[in-house]
Amino acid sequence: MTTLINKTNHEHTPLALIFLSLLWFSLFTAATFLIILFGSLLLDGFSRLNGDLFTQYNNTVPVQAGARAAILGTLFVVSVAALMTVPIGIMAAIYLEEFADKRNRFNRFIELNIQNLSAVPAIVFGMLTLGVLQILGFSNKNIVFGGSLALALLVMPVIILTTREALRAVPQEIRAGSLALGATEIQTTFRQTLPAAIPSIATGTILAISRAIGEAAPLLLLGALVFITYDPNGLLAGFTTLPIQIFGWSSAPQEEFKTLAAAASVLLLAILLMMNGLAIYIRNKFERKW
Amino acid sequence: MANFSLAPTSKRRGEKVVRGILFSAAALSVVVTIGILASLLIPAVAFLREVPIVEFLTGTRWAPRFEPASFGVLPLVVGTLWTTVIALSVAVPIGLGIAIFLSEYASRRNRKFIKPVIELLAGIPTVVYGFFALEFFTQTILKSWLSLEVGSFSVLSAGFVMGIMIVPTIASISEDALNAVPQGLRQGSFALGANKMQTTIKVVIPAALSGIAAAIVLGVSRAVGETMIVSLAAGNRPNISLNPLEGAQTMTGFIANAALGDSRVGSVEYNTLFAVGALLFLLTLLINLISIRLVRKFRQAY
Repeated sequence: MTTLINKTNHEHTPLALIFLSLLWFSLFTAATFLIILFGSLLLDGFSRLNGDLFTQYNNTVPVQAGARAAILGTLFVVSVAALMTVPIGIMAAIYLEEFADKRNRFNRFIELNIQNLSAVPAIVFGMLTLGVLQILGFSNKNIVFGGSLALALLVMPVIILTTREALRAVPQEIRAGSLALGATEIQTTFRQTLPAAIPSIATGTILAISRAIGEAAPLLLLGALVFITYDPNGLLAGFTTLPIQIFGWSSAPQEEFKTLAAAASVLLLAILLMMNGLAIYIRNKFERKW
Repeated sequence: MANFSLAPTSKRRGEKVVRGILFSAAALSVVVTIGILASLLIPAVAFLREVPIVEFLTGTRWAPRFEPASFGVLPLVVGTLWTTVIALSVAVPIGLGIAIFLSEYASRRNRKFIKPVIELLAGIPTVVYGFFALEFFTQTILKSWLSLEVGSFSVLSAGFVMGIMIVPTIASISEDALNAVPQGLRQGSFALGANKMQTTIKVVIPAALSGIAAAIVLGVSRAVGETMIVSLAAGNRPNISLNPLEGAQTMTGFIANAALGDSRVGSVEYNTLFAVGALLFLLTLLINLISIRLVRKFRQAY
């Protein structure tokens, strides 16, 4: 009977307490790391977080250098990538979730293939894009179209997987009701299922696009580590992006460039935090619990 | 009433077209995979025509740009292995600890607060992690605070920071697996007089093991494929040494570094890039397939 009465002692044996404190410690380590990372970047980069960062082009003289071309390059390349990948990703997800016969071997292969693609190293998509550009006959690999293509292919599996989850969360009764009223499968999908899933799809898409904004590895292969002192002005223009600019500045020997890298990192993190915030806002505001 | 029929009034050819478009969007992913295979393997095969595959896979000296050039990929593989092992020994305990805390101990309110913080770690771009590893982790933590004999580049710094990067991956998949364990198993264990810790360690974790394994395997895949952290913080010198305080080059680090130089399309140097890329892709493909299989197992179990 004693164990029943001393319930608290039973839960608080020394071993159990050590176990719980280890769990707390793992949380603590992750949180501390996050705070140190944000703190050290802010402290390092604070002196260069000013208008010059946005308005000046890169320069060999660190004091005069800014990230204008990189910021505009990121906006341009990622927007084009989103235009390419979001519609196709959502359509692929609709097919797999609403129309594909799960017993069909080819459909199962497509599913397996997408799961694998979502875990393929980012740098491999850069190598794929090199090959594609070569086949299409572009002699210059550092073009906006190439960068956008690499990022589009990189995030497409993520968009497909999150869209499928969003569609799956729409209750079967909605579809059944629509079909019972005489709507065809296509009408049901585009007038009932898809609109109901839009908030979750938007959340997933924003998170996928943030991943594209922060990605650098595939663009390195496309020669994006270049010195650009003009605004990117077309799909075939040369480009650099914010993450690549950070990479370039971090590997430069002068201390002033490291300060710039820290400032640009803070800017990049701020953009991504804003996108994350937007995604969370949409999720809380519009997502329906069925 | 005689004309009443349930057959569709029109053939709706448009709908067939829409279905076709949706299918092609899904099938595009297969084209992408074929494209990856082709763009990696064609130059890789050209490379293997000049360098025997045995020399490539078993050679211990990687110096593709020196005269005489040497193409033994083992130093790069050792570099990748080393950073991966360090990353996993950081990420597995921390990620698993967070997952257990969230699924077994945390209140609903705590969970709502902790999860976004962990997700933040996943949202930080790897180039920022790399810069942090190079500037702060190596210089301040390893050199000043721990006074270790470490140069600008070290496997330890790159591996540790990469480990933190992988924590959210391991935490979220493990948490899913732990949550999928039916409540009945826990209640049965409590009814037999076990406390929460005993229940967690002896009942819940074993029941979720395939999911946890999948999380770890996916963590390995991310560590092997990670590029920016290693190319910034681990350095660019191929090194087969097992001292974590020295720098080393990984497979991805080599690809990124070689891509910075301007090598002519079709030259041996250019093809080397793709040979290492093909090796990297095949390695991660194998790891991913294992992980996908493990996830399916735990999804089916309950």
